[in-house]
Amino acid sequence: MSDVLLATLAIAAGTFAIRASFLLTAGDRGRVSESTERVLRMIPPAAIAAIVALQLSDPEGSTSLVARLMAAAVAVVVTRIRANLVLALVAGMVTIVVVEALVS
Amino acid sequence: MAPLALGVAPFGLVVGVTAADQGLSVLDAAGMSVLVFAGASQLAAIDLLGEGAPLLVVVGTALVINLRMLMYSASIGPHVTDVSFRGRLAMTYLLVDQDYALSIVRWETRRETARAKLAYFLGVGIPLWVIWQVATVLGALFGGEVPDAIPLEFTITLVFLAILIPVLTDRPRVLAALVAGSVAIAANSLPANLALVVGSVSGIVAGAAAEARWGR
Repeated sequence: MSDVLLATLAIAAGTFAIRASFLLTAGDRGRVSESTERVLRMIPPAAIAAIVALQLSDPEGSTSLVARLMAAAVAVVVTRIRANLVLALVAGMVTIVVVEALVS
Repeated sequence: MAPLALGVAPFGLVVGVTAADQGLSVLDAAGMSVLVFAGASQLAAIDLLGEGAPLLVVVGTALVINLRMLMYSASIGPHVTDVSFRGRLAMTYLLVDQDYALSIVRWETRRETARAKLAYFLGVGIPLWVIWQVATVLGALFGGEVPDAIPLEFTITLVFLAILIPVLTDRPRVLAALVAGSVAIAANSLPANLALVVGSVSGIVAGAAAEARWGR
């Protein structure tokens, strides 16, 4: 079995378990407790922020830190003005390519 | 629905193109899209596989990225306790950012029968799924020819930024994000992407503690 297939199967199984956690086991159970909800509510901002921070700071990246930060800033501004993923993607990518071309 | 498709299609293309770029076959890319069906984690996994990262790192990173679905599952679960097991099985497989966000808003504001809820969720989820599969395959077929000057891997950062901004709804969540990000960077020298886990957990603890103490 190839590494790609192995990784795919493991990720698929783990992701299914995460998705099934409450949805599938819920059955007749009601809402989760308040303290559980507090923890659950923090998962998206914390996990996503950690990912973004690591990717932006990545010292091994093929792009320069300045270009990455500027592109990120542009994408954040675009997202805040219009919640549109495609627009944010395009604006961010154009920025990084242009700034990268300018600094190198 | 249309704007959703508009957002998902290019993202799927990017995932397919990146897969081709990293030497994955079209079948590999399509298989991942069908089995995993979670774009951001697919993109990260493909990138790490291309770098030749250890399997444990690839899988661990992808699962941390998908951990946010634990919250989706918990938040949507109480609304669908009256949906059949098979219906919930389908929902489990199709649960992603987009159908979660649309459904939860709808169900918090109106009462619907179990049947109507399932129909709504599948009505969003199935088209998303189809668009996703087609887009990744197209990307994988025609990818591999993207000029090097375009750092494709950066699209994943932008996607996450676009998901991050809307979840920063109150102070505890902002704190969770700030702590997670700073700790992750500080812990960056740890091996095997451990920084991601350490950062996330620190952020979750800080945010939950702040909310317990001071409220939202």
